[in-house]
Amino acid sequence: MSESAIIIEDLVKKFEDVIAVDDVNLQVANGELFGLLGPNGAGKTTIINILCGLIKPTSGSAIIGGYDVQNEPMKVKELIGVCIQETAVYPYLTGAENVNLFGDLHVMDSETLKARRTMLFEKMGLTSEAKRRAGKYSGGMKRRLSLILALIHNPQIAFLDEPTVAMDPQSRHAVWDFIKDLKNEGKTIILTTHYMEEAEELCDRIGIIDHGKLIALGSPKVLISNNLVKNLEDVFIKLTGRKIREEV
Amino acid sequence: MEFQRVLALIKREMKKTVREPAVLFMIFLFPIVFVFAFGASFGGGGSQPSYSIGIVNLDQTNSVNASKIFYIALSNTKILSLHVYTNNQSAQNDLSQGKVQAVIIIPNDFSKSLVSFETVPNEPNKWINSTLKLYLDKGSLVATQAIPPIIQQVLTAITGQTQQIPSNPFHLETASLVEVKTPSALDFIAPGMFTFASIFLIMMVSQSFTQDRENGMMKRIRITPTTPTEFMLSQAISYMIIALVQAALVFIMVYIMGFRPAVGIPVYIFAFLLVLVFSLSNVGFGLITATIAKSSGAATGLSFLFVLPQLFLGTFVGASLSSAAQIVGKFVPSYYVTDALTSLFLRGAAITSPIILLDVATISISCIFILAIGVILYDKYFRI
Ligand SMILES: Nc1ncnc2c1ncn2[C@@H]1O[C@H](COP(=O)(O)OP(=O)(O)O)[C@@H](O)[C@H]1O
Ligand SMILES: [Mg+2]
Repeated sequence: MSESAIIIEDLVKKFEDVIAVDDVNLQVANGELFGLLGPNGAGKTTIINILCGLIKPTSGSAIIGGYDVQNEPMKVKELIGVCIQETAVYPYLTGAENVNLFGDLHVMDSETLKARRTMLFEKMGLTSEAKRRAGKYSGGMKRRLSLILALIHNPQIAFLDEPTVAMDPQSRHAVWDFIKDLKNEGKTIILTTHYMEEAEELCDRIGIIDHGKLIALGSPKVLISNNLVKNLEDVFIKLTGRKIREEV
Repeated sequence: MEFQRVLALIKREMKKTVREPAVLFMIFLFPIVFVFAFGASFGGGGSQPSYSIGIVNLDQTNSVNASKIFYIALSNTKILSLHVYTNNQSAQNDLSQGKVQAVIIIPNDFSKSLVSFETVPNEPNKWINSTLKLYLDKGSLVATQAIPPIIQQVLTAITGQTQQIPSNPFHLETASLVEVKTPSALDFIAPGMFTFASIFLIMMVSQSFTQDRENGMMKRIRITPTTPTEFMLSQAISYMIIALVQAALVFIMVYIMGFRPAVGIPVYIFAFLLVLVFSLSNVGFGLITATIAKSSGAATGLSFLFVLPQLFLGTFVGASLSSAAQIVGKFVPSYYVTDALTSLFLRGAAITSPIILLDVATISISCIFILAIGVILYDKYFRI
């Protein structure tokens, strides 16, 4: 495997009327926790969708774990775990049944599946909810279950698309701890967020993205000191003249 | 191909089917209520004010005219209307044409038997036993279920007994169940009912796919290494299982309503297989609908584009249509299923007869074609 887990080259994605991704170049090293930071509509989800083979780029390429996403999508899918932006769980299945389904889709043997399921439910504080229908979960519980579904097969590379959006502070901190654990296990992670404090707290390096363009790249410390400001929020204001979110 | 994946996806679909009230209603309850309502209004299981029974009297009367007493008692029930025949042959003819629902043969020793009983009511071994033969229309549930107990009761009554377990010299013997040749309205519409229920799979498939697309589940599945083949196979198998249960339920319904085609088990198996193949075309139409529909709400409306023509031109609803409409019907797959089932059940066609083989070929080819179009379109224009 190459040193970079993820290599994105000259990536462009045009929809009918918008350029969602505008010539993005990026490398993420093995074991790195990389943050894609940008306002709503910046193009973060589009990049994630291209990386996991859900949509085709207009031009450019992405290589994950040494496999070209376009040419060997199945190889890539075996390597990655993706927590999509939507809070998608099957409401008519219990939490445990949801997890078992995705374990089966990754062809896990039942013992490993059971062990990981128990461990992940424990970590996410959902153990007592495992046998309830997911449709009855609160929003925060569904998002935590969603994260378990993404990681049940213990993938080497994880894409987490706004995993803490609209979460209560308690759930958010549980998820942050969980992401830190993933990093300590040596996983490569791309995390998208529009929460400055989340990026600052978790990420080794950050790419700031606006209107599909990567406008800044570096560790939170370096970005802040290079721009002679106090925090990431100010970095964004300085670069774009706007606040990343109108309301907190 | 990983069967672990296919199996997991089938399990999910089955759980969804039994756990979601809306789904359960749409694919099981709705068709059944509809079938029942239609069946009843077409007179298949309509209630009859009285049953016509034929009587052939072979009794040789002497001092006591037992058959007369028996007639009066039968008429007094107000449920049975009597037709007396001079010979067995003409009674049997009317029975087989459905003019009467049962024929009773009163034996020649009937009066003798009654006299022997009245002489020594408490010594059964001195009675002269006699046997009344009963022929029943085996296609009529009311005939086979209701008539024998009524007659048994009347026989008990004329010996002046009241207790339920009768002790008297008369034996009522069901001689044979007779095949009635004139088909009832139910016989005409039952084959279409089998086709009918399965058509609602179109709505269910289009709903399921658009919903999963809207809420992101489809995206989730596509991120896993599940291949499109594995996924579609799981869907096809799931909906075939559902179609099988539907067909079984419809069968139970029409059976209760009195549907008794004179065919063997292989024909039934064949009919179920036909419905299974047909269900695949409905999965195909469902996928086409899901491709066109922008939302799950729109999918319901759009699915009627395929549901209604199939319903009106190819099921029992179409049985009474004009000949022009029946020609148009040749363009919907359901027409061939209903046609094949009608030939099998009503006209007694053999599974290997040309008309059946032609229908089966048409159904198989069109269904596989429609499913293929559905899968290809869905795959191509699938938007996340
Ligand atoms: N399927 C699509 N069709 C048309 N436009 C799209 C589609 N998906 C995303 N976009 C547009 O692309 C831009 C980037 O969207 P997205 O990647 O979802 O942003 P983010 O995840 O950063 O909020 C937005 O302007 C959005 O409207
Ligand atoms: Mg997004």
